[in-house]
Amino acid sequence: MSGDLHPLAGVIAALARAISGVQLRCADAPSETARQRIYFANHTSHLDFIVLWSALPAAVRARTRPVAAKDYWESGVKAYLARNVFRSVLVQRGAAAQAASEEEARAAGRATVEQLAEALGETNSLILFPEGTRGTGETVAPFRSGLFHLAKRKPEAELVPAYLENLNRILPKGEVLPVPLISSLAFGEPMRVNENESKEAFLERARAAVCGLRRGEDMQ
Amino acid sequence: MTDALESTERAYFELEGGPGNAQLVWLFGGVLGILVLASVTGVVLRRTAKSDAARATIENLNARTRAWWKMCAIFALTLMIGRVGSLVLFGLLSLLALREYITLVPTRRGDHRTLLWSFFIITPLQYYLIGIAWYGFFAIMIPVFAFVFVPTRIAMSGDTEHFLERAAKIQFGLMICAFCLSHAPALLILNIPRFEGRNAQLLLYLVLVDQMSDVLQYVWGKLTGRHKIAPSVSPSKTWEGFLGGVATATLLGAALWRATPFTPLQAAGMSLVITLLGFAGGLVMSAIKRDAGVKDFGAVIEGHGGILDRIDSLCFAAPIFFHLVRYFFTP
Repeated sequence: MSGDLHPLAGVIAALARAISGVQLRCADAPSETARQRIYFANHTSHLDFIVLWSALPAAVRARTRPVAAKDYWESGVKAYLARNVFRSVLVQRGAAAQAASEEEARAAGRATVEQLAEALGETNSLILFPEGTRGTGETVAPFRSGLFHLAKRKPEAELVPAYLENLNRILPKGEVLPVPLISSLAFGEPMRVNENESKEAFLERARAAVCGLRRGEDMQ
Repeated sequence: MTDALESTERAYFELEGGPGNAQLVWLFGGVLGILVLASVTGVVLRRTAKSDAARATIENLNARTRAWWKMCAIFALTLMIGRVGSLVLFGLLSLLALREYITLVPTRRGDHRTLLWSFFIITPLQYYLIGIAWYGFFAIMIPVFAFVFVPTRIAMSGDTEHFLERAAKIQFGLMICAFCLSHAPALLILNIPRFEGRNAQLLLYLVLVDQMSDVLQYVWGKLTGRHKIAPSVSPSKTWEGFLGGVATATLLGAALWRATPFTPLQAAGMSLVITLLGFAGGLVMSAIKRDAGVKDFGAVIEGHGGILDRIDSLCFAAPIFFHLVRYFFTP
């Protein structure tokens, strides 16, 4: 599954970097290919995962799979790109929320976590957005529990917080054409779930780690 | 109309081998000489630097010199290609500058469509109008048409929060980055009697005096600077740097009078105007950066910051220089 990238991948990554002008703000960009990572970031734009993915070194990118919403990436050209170029893991968005009973909701959640664990496999990394949906960029919404369950299920994977800035201005929700402003991407220190840490405590700590990467005061 | 067209065509073709070409080569030869001198000085200074602070300053100086080599090479290449080359180069500079500017000033989601217009329609249109030498429209498109359009499009988005600020900020960005800067390549469409086919020299002259003024103010400031002009705006601008830089850049501009349609005295006057406005441009952009709480507009050019940090002086000097030349030296 990992290894060779689609020939279009380099082109799309370069294009994404050009449009978003993304500048890395961390001391050391993730360069190691050996370690498995789960990158989790704030979510404000459809460009988020493409920009994060394109900012990774090619060798790391070849093993990193973005988690994306099935309903959005399932048709036409998008489906082709999602499957072959980004090698995205397409998940059912809000499956748990739509379930009829609590029992079913739990089962749906477990299925998604299982799907993600499988996608991680032995060598892959993932990009995911624990807010579950795109925000306006003003605040980071509370995290869904999937990140916690996945971290428990795959304790060997490092959890790397990331903050994407300005993508809500480049391509906000509901717009089709991007305005080519300059965005930035910051990676934080890798973290893990502590022993005996509760789900709520961990999710809040993870969210604080993402928010902590934000530069200065908000642009808004 | 046909006359104008013929003369612009002639102007274009004479670039290739007309009388202007030799002087253009001489000017670039001079630039090459300065760059070699700067690089050699950089190497010597690096060997003699003693303290860490001095080494850091010299490293920044050498980074700037390296970037200058690249910028001069790109500028020379596009000037040789002719009017289209210069328009494409300055058009891209406008877009990159606008990008850095808009990134820094807060806009809201309701501005998205207005920004799309600014980047993909208004700015390219400005350069297209210069390309077809339509002076009457190019001179008013952004100050009049865009001025009416921008607030209208923002109002249509329905978001009235900070409305006046947002409209003003976008209009200001278009004025500085697209309108003002586009007057530099617009020099190529002026019909100056007894200077036909040599307009590229005038563009090079403007850029050379403007940028040398920046460099000389920097050098004079580093060597002798003591009294700060506006410490709350720009800590690096000193009276010594300003006066030394303006004087030497004006002398340089006067010495290059043969490359222009000016007499030596007129060349000195024009250069003085360019350097003073260049200083004003740098000061205003510094104030904008302080307001936004950053040091540079970007990190595109090694040692210099962003595109806008490099061309801020040109944005103010170009339109005034263009109109002075147009008023006094064209029929």
